[in-house]
Amino acid sequence: MTVALLLRDADCSQLTLLSQPFVSYLCGKISELLFKEVIYLMQKDFLLEWRQKYAFNGMLLYVSSTVFVCYLSFGLRSNVLQVPVWNAVFWIILLFTSVNAIAKSFMQENRGRLLYFYTIVSPQGIILAKIVYNACLMLVLALICFVFYAFVLGNPVQDVPMFLLSILLGAIGFSTSLTMISGIASKAANSSTLMAVLSFPVIVPMLLMLIKMSKNALDGLDRGASLDELLTLLAINMIVVTVSYILFPYLWRS
Amino acid sequence: MKKNWWKILTVLLLVFTVVAGMLSEVPRLAILNETIRNLYFHVPMWFGMILILLVSVAYSILYLRKPSVERDIYAHEAAKVGILFGVLGIVTGMEWAKFTWGEYWSNDPKQNGAAIGLLIYFAYLVLRSSFAEQQQRARISAVYNIFAFAALIPLLFILPRLTDSLHPGNGGNPGFNAYDLDSSLRLVFYPAVLGWTLLGFWIVNIKSRLEIIRHRLYENA
Repeated sequence: MTVALLLRDADCSQLTLLSQPFVSYLCGKISELLFKEVIYLMQKDFLLEWRQKYAFNGMLLYVSSTVFVCYLSFGLRSNVLQVPVWNAVFWIILLFTSVNAIAKSFMQENRGRLLYFYTIVSPQGIILAKIVYNACLMLVLALICFVFYAFVLGNPVQDVPMFLLSILLGAIGFSTSLTMISGIASKAANSSTLMAVLSFPVIVPMLLMLIKMSKNALDGLDRGASLDELLTLLAINMIVVTVSYILFPYLWRS
Repeated sequence: MKKNWWKILTVLLLVFTVVAGMLSEVPRLAILNETIRNLYFHVPMWFGMILILLVSVAYSILYLRKPSVERDIYAHEAAKVGILFGVLGIVTGMEWAKFTWGEYWSNDPKQNGAAIGLLIYFAYLVLRSSFAEQQQRARISAVYNIFAFAALIPLLFILPRLTDSLHPGNGGNPGFNAYDLDSSLRLVFYPAVLGWTLLGFWIVNIKSRLEIIRHRLYENA
């Protein structure tokens, strides 16, 4: 924990008086420390998840029952879904799953533990650890959702690796934007309503790109056709992560 | 008088915009016909909205650097006036689309983007109203304001360029530059942008001053 203490007190921007090589050495050291801190925090999150399996199992049940409800409501009429409908329903299920799964990332922590973190780690470490952890969680959930969904409703995907890539990007994208939103929402009184209200407009651009990209994969189009969407998604993710990294300390203070 | 010259300028510019916008010569074009005059009323709304929201974000950043009630009030009022301009922009755009595209709402990427952008700022107002304590409300809504503006930029400026749109200036459709052979449109368009934007700043200015006075009254009462 001395690592974390060191990190909290050191700030690159305040070292302007020192000589340049020393500063760059120190900044390198600090980013190394930040990296370690992120790893520790993620370990803690995984451990917590492992000990309280009910949360993860709850999400699994949520995904599978939603898929099953879709199957029942569509299956009564015909067994074959049209490709755009298949795609849209899949992403809507994932969207709601991720809002529910990520909403608890700050709400489940009790006050005492948050205060404890406040004293020993840097806010940047916390937000980065939460983002990476949520991305892993979403990836697992999305893959399980895809397998179950394809099993129940049929699998029209023609280019499976490309579709998996779009799922990966979706997991990262959802976790980057929703983690920050859940941090904001957890401060307010009616946080679960607020979570939905705040997150949907922010996530729509990402969702549109994802739906288009996975539609290309479903139709088995040339992979170059999805390059635009892929780059835009990466760019949006970069913007969101940077903004979260800068803004989270202000949120954390309260 | 020295401080208020820009208010007189605003009034003059807007009078010029309305009179010249309604009466001046415009290019005769099929489909567009007289609706091309909407250029003086619809497009400046979006310019004004972006500039005023930029002011709101700037005050939010300033607030996070050094908290004060005035900065929070300025950010809030600017966001509200930005929303007003956005709503007016959507309404004038829909009216125009009815006569040129045949529908008020034709699921165009530009229209959808504008609607989502407005939803983001409505969410900002909802977020503000869900805090009781002033300092916490100010800080957290400042954080969301900056975050939302960063999310708004790809929505308004990148996504419409990737998809086909009916909107002038997108998807291979010419913007007004192509019709404006003798710069007669520009002669009214630029004053219109300046006039409407200044009007927006004027509203922000008056409303913020009112709110600050109200805040002081509550504090002293």
